[in-house]
Amino acid sequence: MSDTGYLLMVFLVMTVATFITRLIPFVAFRNKSEHPLLQYLGRYMPPAIMTILVLYSLKSVDLTQAPYGVNELLALLLTTLLHLWRGNALLSIFAGTLFYMAAVQLGLFTGLY
Amino acid sequence: MSAILSSAFRASIPVMFGYVPLGMAFGILFQNLGYAWFYAPLMGVTVYAGAAQFMAVGLLAAQASLFEVAISTLILNSRHMFFGVSLLGRYRATGLKKLYLIFGLTDETYSLITSTQSPDSQHEQDYYVALTALNQCYWVTGCALGALFGANVEFDTAGMDFALTALFMVLMLEQWKKLREPYPFLVALACGVAALLLFREQMLLVSIGLSIALLLARGKHSRVTL
Repeated sequence: MSDTGYLLMVFLVMTVATFITRLIPFVAFRNKSEHPLLQYLGRYMPPAIMTILVLYSLKSVDLTQAPYGVNELLALLLTTLLHLWRGNALLSIFAGTLFYMAAVQLGLFTGLY
Repeated sequence: MSAILSSAFRASIPVMFGYVPLGMAFGILFQNLGYAWFYAPLMGVTVYAGAAQFMAVGLLAAQASLFEVAISTLILNSRHMFFGVSLLGRYRATGLKKLYLIFGLTDETYSLITSTQSPDSQHEQDYYVALTALNQCYWVTGCALGALFGANVEFDTAGMDFALTALFMVLMLEQWKKLREPYPFLVALACGVAALLLFREQMLLVSIGLSIALLLARGKHSRVTL
């Protein structure tokens, strides 16, 4: 198989495999969306998954090395406080991200240690 | 229609700030494999899965067998199975629209769809399609930029992908405002921390699976919902 042929086959296999993982529940529970158990999950899974995604996106933070996750902690605190105060999602996210970029790129809190 | 598109755009801006730099990181890695640049965005169009595309760079470099590629992709993306379970009631579209919604179901798209509101309840499905398509555009754009200009980018994007962490945080707060019940948040926090410490590589799969089990366990005893 040529190199490009191999690449395209990998794309095809991955496209199908990814689509299958996303499709399975829709096929397995077809016409079952009114089932109370699935409605219960529809209500309680999103908050649980959002919480897990916050943790997951912080997976590469090393708490044992300077600056011990201080950048992430302060940026998340800023995001949370702004959001509870103003309730403007874009404002909260931008402020938190800009703060974080400044902290990382300028090394704002590395000098503390 | 334009009201739907503009509110979907507004809701998806944080994903743009996450997906473009992440897509670029993928494009830069991909480009080192020596293929033409346009295969990177092509992969974003066809496969469209962030973590799996990063994994594919390693597999391609090692000339892994197609069987190995299939199994690795299925395992890495198996968490997506859980997403659909809580979307059965929401995805009422049919035909191609529904297939596209299912195809484009990433972590970030799931988050926006379950946590933001369509401006017009009549066209909720179109709002979902717009969110899904906009997010994929950001990702494909990032893949293309990274593969094309990778090494020559002047602007330092370090830390920009924190936009996704901040987005998840804000959407978690929005979920809290809607639900006001601590149980699912506490269960997920405990499962998430435990999975991070014990099953680093499969953190998402383990913590989501465990949370669902605990949610169901409580559901069985609650007279209100069942």
